[in-house]
Parts: sequence; structure tokens; C-alpha cells
Amino acid sequence: MSVLYVVIPIALLMSAGAVATFLWAVRRGQFDDLSTPGMRMLHDDDPQPPKRDETNEPAEKQ
Amino acid sequence: MASDAPQEGVCSIVPCSHCQLPVPPGLLVAGSELQFCCHGCETVYAAIQGAGLERYYQLRQAGGGPVVVTRASGRNYAELGDPSFAALYVRELPAGLAQVELFLEGVHCSACVWIVERLSQVVPGVVHARLDLHRASAEVVWDPKVVSLAEIARTLDRFGYPPHPYRGAERRRLRLQEERTLLIRMGAAWAVSGNVMILSVSLWAGWFADMDADTTQLFRWASMFITLPSILWAARPFFSGAWTALRGRALHMDLPIAIGLSAGFLGGAINVVRGQGEVYFDSVASLIFLLLVGRWVQQRQRREASDAAELLFSLAPAQAHLVGADGQVRDVALERLTAGDIVEVRSGETVPADGEVVEGQSAIDASVLTGESRPVEVGPGDLVHAGTLNVAGMLRQRVERTGELTRVGKLMQAVEEASRRRAPIVALADAIVGRFVAVVLALAAVTAVVWWLLDPSLALDHTVALLIVTCPCALGLATPLAVHAAVGRAARLGIFVKGGDVVERLSKPSRVWFDKTGTLTQGRTELLRAELADEYRPLLLAVERHSSHPLARAVVQAWPDLAELDAVDVQQTVGGGVRGVVQGRTVRVGSLAWVGTEQGGDTYRDLAGTWASDGITPVLVAVDGAVVGALGFGDPLRPDAAAAIAELRRLGCEVGILSGDHPSVVAAVGRQLGILPGDCRGAATPEDKLAAVQACKDRGGVVMVGDGVNDAAALAAATVGISVHGGAEASLQACDAFVTRPGLGAVVELLLGARRTVAVIKRNILFSLVYNLVGTALAMTGLLHPLVAAILMPLSSLTVVSSSFRSRTFALPAEPTKPRSR
Repeated sequence: MSVLYVVIPIALLMSAGAVATFLWAVRRGQFDDLSTPGMRMLHDDDPQPPKRDETNEPAEKQ
Repeated sequence: MASDAPQEGVCSIVPCSHCQLPVPPGLLVAGSELQFCCHGCETVYAAIQGAGLERYYQLRQAGGGPVVVTRASGRNYAELGDPSFAALYVRELPAGLAQVELFLEGVHCSACVWIVERLSQVVPGVVHARLDLHRASAEVVWDPKVVSLAEIARTLDRFGYPPHPYRGAERRRLRLQEERTLLIRMGAAWAVSGNVMILSVSLWAGWFADMDADTTQLFRWASMFITLPSILWAARPFFSGAWTALRGRALHMDLPIAIGLSAGFLGGAINVVRGQGEVYFDSVASLIFLLLVGRWVQQRQRREASDAAELLFSLAPAQAHLVGADGQVRDVALERLTAGDIVEVRSGETVPADGEVVEGQSAIDASVLTGESRPVEVGPGDLVHAGTLNVAGMLRQRVERTGELTRVGKLMQAVEEASRRRAPIVALADAIVGRFVAVVLALAAVTAVVWWLLDPSLALDHTVALLIVTCPCALGLATPLAVHAAVGRAARLGIFVKGGDVVERLSKPSRVWFDKTGTLTQGRTELLRAELADEYRPLLLAVERHSSHPLARAVVQAWPDLAELDAVDVQQTVGGGVRGVVQGRTVRVGSLAWVGTEQGGDTYRDLAGTWASDGITPVLVAVDGAVVGALGFGDPLRPDAAAAIAELRRLGCEVGILSGDHPSVVAAVGRQLGILPGDCRGAATPEDKLAAVQACKDRGGVVMVGDGVNDAAALAAATVGISVHGGAEASLQACDAFVTRPGLGAVVELLLGARRTVAVIKRNILFSLVYNLVGTALAMTGLLHPLVAAILMPLSSLTVVSSSFRSRTFALPAEPTKPRSR
């Protein structure tokens, strides 16, 4: 059973790693907005990136 | 200016290329693929196409659901370039970049997210734009050297999302920081409880399978060390809460929680050192985790409510049109105005400061301040107040007082005073805690003494078992979860509740006071009665089209379909009426005194008199020197007002009206709604309203429903203040709950929902007490094995969770079924 003296600390290190990752994610603001990212991922595959068409400037109607 | 809104009732079914509403026949362009219902839609369409973002329309279609119209406002946003604005709203980032948070009107679907986040590809100089759809706020980072914020704002506006600078950004960042810390505590506690649980399962398995003593001790020591970060750091909010409660000699849920946690941990630690007896680290760790989940849910819900309220504030005008010494008009931030400045107030805008009119003729709707529904005529020399609405022509005003010195500002001070003086209510769960703690401590003492006499070696174990099993986890979750579930459902119905205690306070109102103008009524003048032969109507309309008077506008709005005639020689008499010549006939329309000099029409004169006593403003019409008809104007009731009041009565509430309007108008509204004449109070100043609310508070809960600044003090003083759709900033700040959809039905729903929620809370508390009772009985008789405690505790929490989320506190509308593409 002496293997436990090695395995338990390893397991704990792994959990500590998971907690550290979570900490990083929270600090980066990953959990601040839980609804919009779900929609954002649906948009990623633009057929071509939109270009600013210099000749067809939107009419500046003020 | 082209018509701003699509007109209803047109027979053609050509959809607008942008908003898909029918295009009015007058605006159809023959032979064109593209048809627009208004100039606003055309601008947005051109902007989106011009920027190469036409994929928006595909995405919008794929998203399903109804198309919500987005339109450009066409403002030029010059005030955003002002240094005083930058100091207030813009945050400087390293590398010369700047960041601002903008509240966007009109964002509603995933296509909006797509288009807003393409901003960096459309406007050079924008580094990135992120939209939080739930809060309708966009974070924009840009390079001020390349592009101005005003240009960015104009682009967003052209896409149909008029931006508003968000004023509470700093406060929001602090709240977000707090929420993140709590989330980290929760995550850490989760990791701890998971790991301890693994070890505990081995211990229990070993208990059945005779694990050797060394390994058992290893597992016990390991569990203790793993629990340390949880009890020392993650659980700190509970210990500090308990400490505050002790020092303040108040009872709080945190107190029994802290007792249970520390007894469980210390008892376990002693047993680990002794090498015998039971340990409860798994129970302690999962208690901490579950309780933190409850806290987090509570905090997040509170943040969402205050975010929603603050975003609505940012809709208030933050700029004024300052007339410079050179006669040039430029937009400046409201905070920049000083006494002596001349500002321009355009039609439909809010007056920015208190001051005298120096130029122009108009009518001012001061209902937000006074509750008076009839617009007041103003001209040079008259004093107009900040917060009131200019409904007719353009005015120039000399600023005398700004900000807190204005009448609105002073009212807001009364509001703060009223909310400070309001006693906090004792939450249901906290009311039980006092007795709960006493009972638990007494039982613990009994257990310790009895077992000391029976078997001293077991006394400590059984006492610790009792303390940990009575740790009120489910009790602590009972209220936050039930309230969270209810508040979340309410928000989807357009009802926003600030803070969980509001729900408990709302459950037992004995009296509901309503404001009249804008709350029971629609808050705008409409043509209610027309006794005028059809042949005269086009003549009248032709004259009224030339007037900007609110009553004239009401006529134009009421008859959109009549033939258009031309009026010539139109003259307007202030305080009198309008005259003009149409098709050679002289038309006069105006007040009784002004038109009354004409001949005949006795029936119309009598009619006008009767209307006046019913609270309807009468106007006479004369053609070619003879009175031929009468019109009656008023502020119509909201369509669901009568039903809502009847429903409130059925629920056992006394209903009354508190209005600043003329008593005869208030009495007339009261009669229509079936409210007792004694409960209809007119001509009430904000102070009167406050006094009326406070007077009723001795006899039980008072709910005040209002929308204006003049209601704000009463809203803050009432047990619960509810601000209705379209409420003023001040009332939104003062209220406890606000409704973002029109009508009073939501107020009734809120009261009903609150009752159901309190019933759920009571049920939750009952469940948790029953579990505690079972646990206590087992612990006192010495039958409580740690394994039983470990099962009992999460089971009780699970019951509370499912009971909270399954109950239908607020009835949700049926979800629109979304057609899925593939």
C-alpha cells in the first residue's frame, strides 16, 4: 500500500493544476458573460472576410 | 423629414427590405428591388451593404424568431469627442488605446452580435468590439489617433444601434471583481470537496473491508490537509459574516453555519490526532461548496438586476445643445453646463437644466415632475425645469441651476433620505435562525451531558455529529435559490426585481397606491371624443397640420387617413387656438373662451361643459363663423388598467390613486376604474405622496406604483416601490422593482409571483427543518455514522434545489419554436 504515499500527492498536484486553470479562466473573464459566446461560435466561418468597399461608401445622411 | 414610423393599416404588403414591415404606399419606389418603410431603415440598409456586411440578413433569417426593427437615429454624437466626456467614461489603455463601454439600443439577436463585432473590420482604428447581448452593452477598444469615438458611435448608429455611454462602468467593474472572487472560492471548494470525497469513499469502503490502521490514518491525515484551504480561505465569507453578526448582536444565517463548520472541522482534527473516533471532513467540504453555490447565485442575480437598472439610466440624455457666443450650436456633456449658458431644447427632448426661456414658444409636459397630464404653454420669461419634456416647438433656455441644485435634484435628495430611513426587513429564514441556533446549542449541550454520563469516550463524537448535521445548509439555500429561480423567470417577462428581499416584502401588501399620469394612463394626450360632422374633418385637419400644439398633434395622429387639403393664412394665438382658411372657408379651433365668441352650436357648448367636468379637455370648432363641433382630449387609460385593478382587489389589496393632476381628472379616472372616491387623491405634491405612503405603513405593507420623478420619494419610502414601463431615471433609481413592458398586467404578475415564491421559500424551509430533525434524532441517539451524514446533507440540499427550480412562480410565455436549418 506504500504506493499510496506517492499516488495521493500526485493526485493532489493534478487537482491543484485544475484549480489554477480555473483561476486563470475566471481572471480572464471567461465566466462573466455566459450567453453571448454561444452565439459567437456560430459566426466564425465567414465565407470571406468583409472588406471595406471604398467606392461604395455608405451615404452620410445626417 | 420622411415619416419615422411605418404606418399601420396599409393594404399593400410589400415588405421593407430592412425591417420587413409593410411599406406605406406613398413611399413605394416603382420598379425597385429595394423598398423601405422609412428613411431610418434605408440608412441602416445602406450602411450595412456599404460596409460589406450583407451577411447580416442571412444570419438574421437563420436565427428564426421575430425580426426586431433596428433604426438609425441620425444623431452626430459630437459630445462624445468632448474632453469632459472622455474623463467620465473613457478608460485609457496602454499603447495609446482607449476603451469605452456603450449601451446599444436595439441589439437583440445573434446577427446583432455578428455585426457589432465586425466593427473592427469596418472602421479603421477600432481594435476590437465585444458585445454582451444579455446586457446589450458593447466594450469597444480603439485608437484615438486614428478614429474618433464620435465616428464609431455614428457607424453603430447607422447600423441601427444608437449607442449610449454607460455611466456605471466603474461600479460594474468592482461588482464583477467581487463576483469573480466568489466564483474562485466556489471552484476551489468544489475541487477540495471532490478530492476529500474520494478519500472518504475509500475510508468507508475500508471500514467495511477492515483497512489496516496505518492506511486509515494516512487517509484521515490527507483528508484533513485537503480540507484546510477550503475551511481557511473558501469559507471565509461565512466566518466573517458570523463575526459581524455576533458583534452587531444580530442573528444571521452565517452564525449556525460557522458553528457547524468549525465543530465539524475541529472535532475531526482532534479525532485524527487522537487516532480514533469519526471524521467529518467530507461533510464539511461539501457543505462549504454547496453554501458557496448559494451565495454565488444570489450575488449574480443581484448584479444582473442592478446592471439592468443602470443600463436603463444611460438612456437618459447625457448631452445638451449649447449655444456658443458665436451663435454656433454644439453638443456638450450635461456635466459641462454652467449657470448663464444658453441651451437649445428641441421638440421631443428633455429640458437639461432649470432656467428661463429666452426664445421660442412651446408646450412643456411636466407630468414627470408634477403629475399634471396637460402640457403647459411656455414662452420667453417662463421658468422650465430640468427633466420635463418639450413637446412642441424649439426653445432656447438660459441655464440657472444644474445637477443637484435643480428641482429634480432636490427631489432626488428626498428620495435618498426616504430610502435611508427605511428599516430593513428581517428575511423569513433569518427570523427562524434565532430560535434555530438556541435549539441546536441546547440539544448539543444535552447530548454532551447525557453521553458523558453514559460513555465519556463517545460524548465528543456525538456532539460534533449533532452540530454538523444541523448545519443549516438547506436552510441557507432555501431562500436564495427560490428567489433566484423566480427572479430569473420574472426577468424573462420584463419584470426586474432589485434584490431578493423585495420578493418577500411584496408578498403581503395591504394597500397599493398608483400614480395616475403615465402609470394608470398612457401619459400622452389623445383625441378621445369628436362630435364633428365628417365634411368638416378634412378642413380641421388641414389647419391643425400647421400647428405644433400637442392637441393639434393629437388630431393629426387620430385621423391619419383623411384627404389632405391645404390651409392658407394660418394664425396661431397662444392660449387660444388656431385659425386658417381652407378651400375658401374660415376654420377656427381652440378653447371655449376663444372660439365661443362665434355663433350657434349650443349642443356642442353644453357637451364641452360636461366633458370638462369629466376631466376631458374640450375644444370647439367653428367654420365660417358658426360653431359646428366639439373635440375632447385627454390622457387615455392603459387598456389593461381596469383588469389589473380588479385583480388586485380580488387578491385583497386596497387600491388608491395618488396623483399630482387636477382632482376632477383624478376623480374621473377613479370612477372609470371603480376606485372609491375617498381613495383618489388629486393635486398631490411629491411630499404629499410621501406622507400618504408613510401614513399607510403603520397598517401594513404599502406598494407604490409610479413612473415619474414626483413619485420617486414615495417609491423609495414604500414597502416596495414599482416603476412602470417608461419610468423616469429617478423613479428607476428609487424603486425596488421595475417593469420594461407596457401595461399594468406585469404589476399584478409581480405580486402573484412574489406570493408563490414565498410559498416555495416556506416549503423549502420546512423540508430543511425536517431533514435537520431526522439528523438530530440520529445524532442524539448515537446512530449517526459519518456515511449517513454524508448522504443526508446533500440529499436535503438537492430537495431544496429541485423544489426551487421546478415551481412555476412566474408563468412564462410559450417559447417561440425556432426553425432549425439542418
